[in-house]
Amino acid sequence: MTTTEKDFSQYANPDALVSTDWVAQHKDDPSVVLLESNEDVLLFETGHIPGAQKIDWHTDLNDPVTRDFLGPQQFAEFAASKGITPETTVVFYGDKSNWWAAYALWVFTLFGHQDLRLMDGGRLKWAAEGRELTTETSPAQPAEYPAPASRDDSTFRAFREDVLAHLGKPLVDVRSPLEYSGERTHMEGYEQEGAMRGGHIPSAASVPWAKAANEDGTFRSRAELEQIYTEQAGLGQADEVIAYCRIGERSSHTWFVLQHLLGYDNVRNYDGSWTEWGNAVRLPIATGEQPGEVPAR
Amino acid sequence: MSDQDAQTAPGTGSAHTAESGSSSTELPAQLAEVVEEFAELEERQKLELLLEFSRELPELPARYTGGYGQMEEVVECQTPLFLTVEYDDDAGTAQLFFAAPPEAPTTRGFAAILHEGLSGLSFEQILAVPEDLSERLGLARAITPLRLRGMTAMLGRIKRNIRAHLAETDPAQAG
Repeated sequence: MTTTEKDFSQYANPDALVSTDWVAQHKDDPSVVLLESNEDVLLFETGHIPGAQKIDWHTDLNDPVTRDFLGPQQFAEFAASKGITPETTVVFYGDKSNWWAAYALWVFTLFGHQDLRLMDGGRLKWAAEGRELTTETSPAQPAEYPAPASRDDSTFRAFREDVLAHLGKPLVDVRSPLEYSGERTHMEGYEQEGAMRGGHIPSAASVPWAKAANEDGTFRSRAELEQIYTEQAGLGQADEVIAYCRIGERSSHTWFVLQHLLGYDNVRNYDGSWTEWGNAVRLPIATGEQPGEVPAR
Repeated sequence: MSDQDAQTAPGTGSAHTAESGSSSTELPAQLAEVVEEFAELEERQKLELLLEFSRELPELPARYTGGYGQMEEVVECQTPLFLTVEYDDDAGTAQLFFAAPPEAPTTRGFAAILHEGLSGLSFEQILAVPEDLSERLGLARAITPLRLRGMTAMLGRIKRNIRAHLAETDPAQAG
């Protein structure tokens, strides 16, 4: 196959991305586990990369009672059931420009798993290149995964209190322009997910997540990404950035860009996002196309 | 199922439609069959059945092969879904046509359920289908409520189409 391979060394963390070629060569390595994470819950069953395991964040990564992720023990059991050990290279890929794959990768990050990568271009690129897809599911070889000491909820994750304390520093709202302005409370093309107020967190810059992706689902070049985030969105050389969307999935994609491709020091994803902020009592909002002022405290 | 049943549906107080809004609302036979098929299965098998449905979504008839452009897009769905309704005003029935890309099997599955369950029924029968249809399929645990909203949106869109058609063809009857 003669595809011009993108040079990942342009990115801050070149190890966070792998190409479809790399996956084709390494998918059977015992140290590599492929996890397919899609928006469409049945897509994996219609065909996936041979050897890949399915992950459904709705049902696999969330606590069924509390609106939160799994605890360390449950995570360890889940990872082990997918054949993953703490040393495994876990490669995520999925539909919709890897949006849900980035989400799963971000959740794995909270548990301190070291070697996490996205397959650039996701499912779409793999299929477009005519590479093999299979409907045969191969059960994972169960592995040992000792429970991590904790889930780190402070380094890469922000709660609403953190966002309030952060106001005045760069915030990125990755939802669509109409959600940002407040004309809609859900993303275009998606069913209403319920928020009392439409609008955005005061002072947040609007950068819809898909700006980071090319037509073929791959990430834009570092120069283009710098133009979008560092320049246009005004992040500059910010020390701390928080990204949010509606429930924290789209902003995981942006988190990946800021954290791994552009190398910002301290990037957190606010997964409560608009379904929390737009419904919460006593939290300020801004409407319209302008970021708005940070409210006096 | 007969045309007579259909003609008497809303507001005539016929015994079997009286309990509107309760879960005992009777579903049209072809839809009830689909609901029962799902109800009998374990979670895991429900997904497999949904996948089967998605594979069985009928191809669009030749007259629509011009593409999605001439059909209506259901924008509430998470992936492109196109829907069109053909009306037989003499019989008072509606035929439903759906198309969704192969990379959206869940959406195709929902469309196939609605096609199998509703296409060819009378306007009144379709309008009387309960809004909580997606819940009755018992898919909430496997699919999550978030994703099921796509099906509710499709059903809503079908009903809105039929109401609009009734308003056009017989403004006195539209309500």
